[in-house]
Formats: sequence, C-alpha cells, structure tokens
Amino acid sequence: MNSKIYFDGSIMTAELIGEIDHHSAKNARMEIDALIQQKKPAELRLDFSGISFMDSSGIGLIMGRYRMMLLYGGVLRVVNVPHDLERIMILSGLGALDIFERQGEVYECT
Amino acid sequence: MNVLNEMELSFESRSSNEGFARSSVAAFIAQLDPTIGELNDIRTAVSEAVTNCIVHAYRDTIGKIIVNVKITADNTVIIKVRDKGCGIEDIHKAMEPLFTTAPSEERAGLGFAVMQSFTDSLNVHSRVGKGTTVTLKKNLSRRFGNG
Ligand SMILES: Nc1ncnc2c1ncn2[C@@H]1O[C@H](COP(=O)(O)OP(=O)(O)OP(=O)(O)O)[C@@H](O)[C@H]1O
Ligand SMILES: [Mg+2]
Repeated sequence: MNSKIYFDGSIMTAELIGEIDHHSAKNARMEIDALIQQKKPAELRLDFSGISFMDSSGIGLIMGRYRMMLLYGGVLRVVNVPHDLERIMILSGLGALDIFERQGEVYECT
Repeated sequence: MNVLNEMELSFESRSSNEGFARSSVAAFIAQLDPTIGELNDIRTAVSEAVTNCIVHAYRDTIGKIIVNVKITADNTVIIKVRDKGCGIEDIHKAMEPLFTTAPSEERAGLGFAVMQSFTDSLNVHSRVGKGTTVTLKKNLSRRFGNG
C-alpha cells in the first residue's frame, strides 16, 4: 500500500492506494501518525477510493487513527469506501462512530 | 467428499508473505470460475487466518505455516491453515468478536468474525504449545464452464 498525503488548511487527507493487511498497515500508520503529531490537523480524511483489498488490519488502522485524532482534539472522516469493502466496514461496528462519508453524503453503517 | 484437486503451500511466518498466501489461494481457486465477490471473500478469510499465525502463533519467532486447499466435486473449497505455534487456550473466548490478546498492536479482534462471515463454515482446532488449525469452507455457486 502507498499513501499520498496532502494538506488543505487544517484538513489532512491521506489517499490510501493498494492492499491493506497487517504487513502494509505498519508503514502507513507510522507515516500518518508522524504527520498528525507534527501538524495537529483539525480533520483527518482517510480516502479509501484506491484500496483494492482490506482485511481486519484496515479496521485496526481506522480505529487507531480515530483514537489518535481524538487525542489531538480533531476528527476522523473515512471517505470513498469502495463497494467491495462495505461488508467488512459494517461487520466492524465502526458505523457507530459516525466517521463514514461517501460522495459528500454520510451513510448509515449498522 | 470427492476431492477433484488439491494444493499445499508451506512458507515462513513473515508478514511479507501475507499477500503471497491470499493471492496464491485465489489463483488456485480461479479454475472454478468464482464470482469476484466469492474470490474476495476467500482472499479476506485466508488473509485473516495467515495473519493470525504470524501475529499470534509465532509471536517474536519465525515458524512454518501450511496452507492446504481442496476443491471437491460439489464445488466446495476447503482451506486449512495450520501452524505449530503457541496454540489457543480458550477457543470460545478467542472467537468472540472484539476479543484480542494484542490490543496495543492495533488488532481489532475481528479476524475470526470476518472468517465466519466471509465463508460458509469455520472450524478451529488448537492445542496449547502444539499449534492451531483453522478450517474454512466455502461453497461456490455453480456457473457455466465449471468442472
Ligand atoms: N493461530 C493462532 N495461534 C494462537 N493464537 C491465536 C491464533 N489465531 C487467533 N489467536 C488468538 O485469538 C484471538 C482472536 O483472534 P482474531 O483474529 O479474531 O483477532 P485478532 O487477531 O486479535 O485481531 P484482528 O484479527 O482483528 O487483527 C487473538 O487475539 C489471539 O489471542
Ligand atoms: Mg486476527
């Protein structure tokens, strides 16, 4: 997995590309967390549009960044989740956190 | 159980092999002409089982992981993922959603829940100090061109 990270004011966006598993999540996590600590963004947007595969390591990645943003007083948004990944997102129970956003509209994940 | 085809992989418990394992199983299954959804379910379940061997069974060590895949005459795929690692003390507890022994490493405790939901049957056999075997079964829809 690769990540393209950019800033727009206080919004940090990480575009994730490729496959998320336990192996690939490690580097992405370190890269994203270093920038959160350095820039303390008000909002972190994780863009999943380029993710072709994800297992529960992706859920761990989201949960960890959620906590990290909470710690720094910011919010997390998870955007552009591909249709293939909706099932695992729903299964995770992350829907209760109200972090999902798709094409500008928030959708329910129950 | 009439086995039509079988393959077996043996590899070291290095995290760089997670992608290799799920892709290899998917490539073997491709001969059944599965749907994209079925293929994705299998890749996800295999990834969970193999990652558990790497993260939990052989924690801080490197051991062998064996992945055995059988295709049966009734279009079922049977996948066994075997390690000779630490084993699981309480399987019932381990299989509860959100239960994890490695929360500090961002494990969600969802691996077994995902395996259960993405396959038709999940069976876990484990002995402490001896290792664990996870058996996954998935019935594929019969489509034109199979067999
Ligand atoms: N092959 C194994 N050997 C030893 N212990 C295991 C094995 N597989 C699972 N476990 C135990 O079962 C628990 C639950 O596994 P499960 O895959 O559901 O969650 P996890 O691996 O902790 O988190 P996640 O899969 O969401 O990253 C693990 O925390 C671990 O204690
Ligand atoms: Mg797991």
